This record gives sequence, C-alpha cells and structure tokens, in this order.
Amino acid sequence: MPTSIPKEELMAPGHTACHGCGATLAMRYVLKAMGQKTVVSVPASCWAVIPGAMPFRTLDVPMVYTPFAATGASISGLREGLDIQGKTDYNVVGFAGDGGTADIGLQGLSGAMERGHNVFYIMYDNEGYMNTGVQRSGSTPYGAKTTTTPVGKERDFKKENKKIVADMMIAQNVPYVATATIAYPEDLIRKIDHAKAVHGPKFIQILAPCPTGWYYPPEKTIEISRLAVQSRMFPLYEFIQGKFYLNKSFKPVDVSEYVKAQDRFKHLNDDEIDNLRKYVDERWNQLLEWEKIYSEQKE
Amino acid sequence: MKSVTEFKTIMTGNDAVAYGAKLARVKFISAYPITPQTTIVEKLASMIANDELDAKYVEVESEHSALAAVFASELTGVRSYTATSSHGLLYMHEMLHWVSGQRLPIVMSVVNRAIGPPWNIWADQSDTINQRDTGWMQVYSESNQEAMDTIIMGYKIAENSEVMLPLMSMEDAFILSHTSEPVTLRDQDLINEYLPDLDLKFRIDIGNPMGYGSYDTPDGTFMELKKDMVDSMKKAVRVIKDETEKFNQMFDTNYGGLVERYRMDDADYALIAMGTVASTARFVVDKLREKGLNIGLIRIRYFRPFPYDDILEDLKNIKAAGVIDRSVSFGYAGATYSEIVSALYGKINIPVSSFIVGIGGRDVRIEDIEKIADTVRNESSGVYWINVKKVI
Ligand SMILES: Cc1ncc(C[n+]2csc(CCOP(=O)(O)OP(=O)(O)O)c2C)c(N)n1
Ligand code: SF4
Ligand SMILES: [Mg+2]
Repeated sequence: MPTSIPKEELMAPGHTACHGCGATLAMRYVLKAMGQKTVVSVPASCWAVIPGAMPFRTLDVPMVYTPFAATGASISGLREGLDIQGKTDYNVVGFAGDGGTADIGLQGLSGAMERGHNVFYIMYDNEGYMNTGVQRSGSTPYGAKTTTTPVGKERDFKKENKKIVADMMIAQNVPYVATATIAYPEDLIRKIDHAKAVHGPKFIQILAPCPTGWYYPPEKTIEISRLAVQSRMFPLYEFIQGKFYLNKSFKPVDVSEYVKAQDRFKHLNDDEIDNLRKYVDERWNQLLEWEKIYSEQKE
Repeated sequence: MKSVTEFKTIMTGNDAVAYGAKLARVKFISAYPITPQTTIVEKLASMIANDELDAKYVEVESEHSALAAVFASELTGVRSYTATSSHGLLYMHEMLHWVSGQRLPIVMSVVNRAIGPPWNIWADQSDTINQRDTGWMQVYSESNQEAMDTIIMGYKIAENSEVMLPLMSMEDAFILSHTSEPVTLRDQDLINEYLPDLDLKFRIDIGNPMGYGSYDTPDGTFMELKKDMVDSMKKAVRVIKDETEKFNQMFDTNYGGLVERYRMDDADYALIAMGTVASTARFVVDKLREKGLNIGLIRIRYFRPFPYDDILEDLKNIKAAGVIDRSVSFGYAGATYSEIVSALYGKINIPVSSFIVGIGGRDVRIEDIEKIADTVRNESSGVYWINVKKVI
C-alpha cells in the first residue's frame, strides 16, 4: 500500500519502553517527518528513559536531556545558538510529556512560544505522570483512576476535566498549533510538514496512549488512539496562522466505547460516563464555534 | 609596537561587568531581571541595540529558563552568558547542577544580595554561599576593575580542557554594582590574544549525534563523572594561578591567584575576608599596624576551588586568625570559617574565630573590624555576630 510516511528511520528498534507504548511511536513518526537535521530536547519523562542508560541512545539525532521544566527554554537556547552559527536549517524539537508541558513546564512553554523562536514543541500526551508511576497530571481526563486519584472505598478518581494545552496555545496565538495521535500517522506527518512551512514557534499535542498507565492490553494502543478521536475525547484540529480546521472525517462512536476499553475508567457508573458524554459534546460545539469564528475573522 | 587602546574611565561595577562580557565576546545572553543585577543586562541589551556588541540577547520568563537557555546555547558551541542575584540564583539551583554536570564552561555574574523574607535587596553573600556545592567555581571581587577582568579570566579558566566547569563571578550589591570607580577598559585585540574563541569539543553536531545527559546507573559511570568534577576542581587551582599570572603580565595587573595577601609577611594575626569587606579590613590593618600590631589580611578571591594550600602556607606563623563572613549558615558559623578550620585541622593549631557581618547589607564599619581585630588579638575562638542589635 502506498503511504506518505517517510521510509527513513531515525529511531533504532532497541529501546526500553513498555510493550505497546504510544509515546515511542509518536517519537518515531515525528522524527520521520523532521528528518536527519534535527536536534531533540527531552525533559524528565518516560522519554528520558526510553533511549536507555548512557552511552546507549535510540535516536540517530543529537538528543539533549534537560531538567523537567526546561523544555521551552532549552529549545530557545538551542535555536538561537544554532542560528548564531548559521545552522538555521536544523529543526529544533522539544519533545515533552503532558506533565512536563501542562504542569511544571507550562511557563517555559508559554515563554518560548511568546518569544517567537523558530522551534517545534511536541507534547506527547499520555495523560499522566507515567515515568513516576501513573500519577495525575493537569492533562489527565475526568474519570481516570491514577495512583494519586485512586479508587478505593472512596471513589477518588479525577473529578476535574483535562487541561488542554493546545487550546491554550491557540489563545496565545501561536502561529501553528495542532493536535494529532498515532492511529493517524499520515495526518500526524502532514501536520508536521505544515508546521515546517511556518517560520516561528509550532506546538503539536500528540495523544500517545499508554497501556501501563491506562490499564489496557498493549496490543490495543492503536485501537484506543483511534477510539479517542472517534469518541471525540481527543478531537484532531489544526490552527495555522489564525485559521482553524477541525477534523470531522471519522466514524463517530459513543464515549462509552472509549471508556470501556481501558481499566482506568472501569469504576465509572453510567452517570459518570454521561458526564464525559456531556463534556465531549460541549467541547465539540465549542470547537465548531471556533472554526466559525476563526474562518470569519480571516475572510 | 602594536597600539594599545586601553583607556581609563569611570563606571559602576555592573557596567564594568557588562564590558567584561563584551570584551569576552559573548555571543548569547539570556537573563531575567532582578535588582541589583538589572543594569548589567540593560547595559548589554543597549550595547547590542547600538551595534557595539555582536550577540543575541533573549529575555526569558524566569531565571530557571535563563540558565536553561544559556545551557542549551552553550551546548551548540557558542560562548554564553547570564547574570542574576539572590532569589534569581536560588531559582536557578536545579540548572546550576545541570550546567556543571554537563561540563559547560559558562560564566555567570552574580550580584550578591540577601535572601528574604523579609525582602532585602542589599549586600549579603548568602545567595552564592548557598550554591557552594553545585560544581561551579566561585570568585568574589573587591573592585569594579576586578569584576570586569574576572569575567574575561573566568572564561579562560572555565574553558581550559583540564577544568571545563562553569564559573560564577560575584560583586557585592550596590557597594560594587552601583558604585562608580575608575576602571581601565581593556584593549580588545589584547583580550582576543588572551582569550581565543570557544571550541567546545562535544558541541551539538548533526554529523555526530550524541546524547547529552541521559541517565546512568549505580554500576555505570555516574560516580566516576562526579569524582571527575572534583578532580577538575582541584586541577583548576593550578589553572587559575597560571591564567591569572598571564593576565597580570599582559595587562599589568596584580591579582592574587586564589587569595590576595596584605601585610601578611611578618604578621602575627590574620584577618580573612571575601568581597568588599576586605577593603575596610585593609584600612583597619594599616591603622593597627601604625599602633604596632602585626596584623595582616588574606582576601579570599576563590571560594571554589577553595585555597586550602594557600591558607596553610599563609597561616603557618600566625598566632590567631579571624574569619569574616558576609553570609549565614543557619545552625553553624560563617561559611569561610568552616573552610578555614577544616584546612587547618590536624596541621596548624591556632585559635580561629568566626565573625558574621553585614547581613542584609548592614554597614560594616571601621569600628566593627577594629572590634574583630581586638577579639583576634585576644586569641579567643568563637562565633561572633558584629554590629547586631539586641531585638529580643
Ligand atoms: C523538578 C522535578 N520534579 C519532579 C520530577 C520527577 N518526575 C520525573 S518524570 C516525571 C513525570 C513526567 O510526566 P510527563 O511529563 O507526563 O511524562 P511521562 O513520564 O508521562 O512520559 C516526574 C514527576 C523531576 N524529574 N523533576
Ligand atoms: S509507562 Fe506508558 S508512556 Fe511510559 S514507556 Fe510505558 S507505555 Fe510508554
Ligand atoms: Mg505523561
């Protein structure tokens, strides 16, 4: 079957991720789209561990490890340092988890985007602090059980809705913002190609299902990634230079299909699933609204 | 003979430091404003805006980010610089370790300022003393000229292949940072001769992709890497001495290496101080000498690496010493004091006292140093707070 996915592999098969790790696929596709002339900066996260202990490395591009909150600033410094030397054709890519982006690194992200550096910030979103053992993050969705929102005698699952960083980046008017997920690699790669055409800061949030933290069998990763889109729990969109495009070309499914496939939601009763259903509808309407507003603005 | 375009002018410590960075040909600067550091980065920004300095200036949204950006740019192979103070430095703490652990020879200016609460913007070295164990070399200047020259020497020392450790260069808040003094602006060509361009061997290179700072295990090389930092800190002692001497010869200065001695040759008693307090102490030494007291002064320039050998040599024939610290270690004595007594332990047995002075910018007066000298002469040992009010 012909495909738009580049053949080039910049990620070697040897790595230490869990079976079925979505974050690993996310990196693989991102690098395929970026190409060899890329520098990757990774903060504390699963991806700081996946390449293995030194001196091993899984990526065939330079990889800079940074403290947890330092992704935004480190890509700023990498970009400027390279530009000073005329290396303007290198892609500078921050690749951070949802905790490192939505929570501890949010200020650094916002600063880097505001300053307008010509960088890519990729947030791989596995909806929790996975490397430290599945704790709740700002990006964890309503209803999820994590090790710090446990369900015991009390039903202490996460009661708050997901903080959506991509939406925040739109509010900040970042020149390129998109959401993507690994079940749609061609869409993901096309989005990176679009981003590459934009000079300035680019932000892409990639939903990266995590069998270990979402409590589902590893072979279901792609299916769950697809269900996230179909159930509209994770809508795919693109915001290019002020224009907003919402992806509607999928076969819709009910939220319960997504929820039932993962044990992190196992405890939810019908009312609680209905809360999610309502949330998904409201958000979808909001996105449709944005589509209208942003297209009118630009006409 | 080559024409030398050195010229003498009057400027504040912060301007001097900015000129030091310019002379060192820094290419990337990232910082976040905090009193009393601000005028350093404002000066640099204005130099860039007026085409006097060919560098990129990025004002980030926090000090953690400032040092993270400088870390990353340095890793690409360009000489990078930042400046901060007090709370800003504390905010950088995590990045301080990251920079030294990655062996990046970054130079940073720190204007020594108190740490709150209560808020206090005045001179106090507790901020940098708090960063003692971060793997950075630490230099404390006594004059604006020294503050300028130390930036240049700092890069030369830090970038030495035997060292490859970052360096922080200190000025006491306001006493240096905002006070004007005569300063000689160095000739750029001569500086270029002294300080070549940065050639970072392990800089980011697409043709040779590497991992920078991944993770290591108990059985890997983590422990060895940390020991190597300690070894390099030790090797830095010789490099500092050599490079300071080279600078002295090229620019007709006379900086000590790690320490500077004043009337120590025939001294019976020694005062030990760091930063601008040494200026007052030097005055008091002269005064007491006139009265017949054989007292001298050792000014610590480098707190890291600490001049253990120099101290042993200098205190060989001393009857008693007083160590003056403008910082506090809660629960113990002054930080320099603890270094001095550990240098002497088991080798030289003399009374040594710790004097805590000038916390939060409290004035350190001539009479205060006289009182200290008096205590030292009585060969007592203890911890004394000087010029402190009885509030409780
Ligand atoms: C300053 C700091 N606080 C806490 C940690 C511990 N820590 C390391 S990774 C991590 C979780 C990362 O979560 P996320 O960014 O979502 O990436 P993931 O592990 O889920 O891939 C945490 C809390 C740290 N390394 N640094
Ligand atoms: S915990 Fe999740 S994100 Fe981390 S390596 Fe395992 S599957 Fe991947
Ligand atoms: Mg995560």
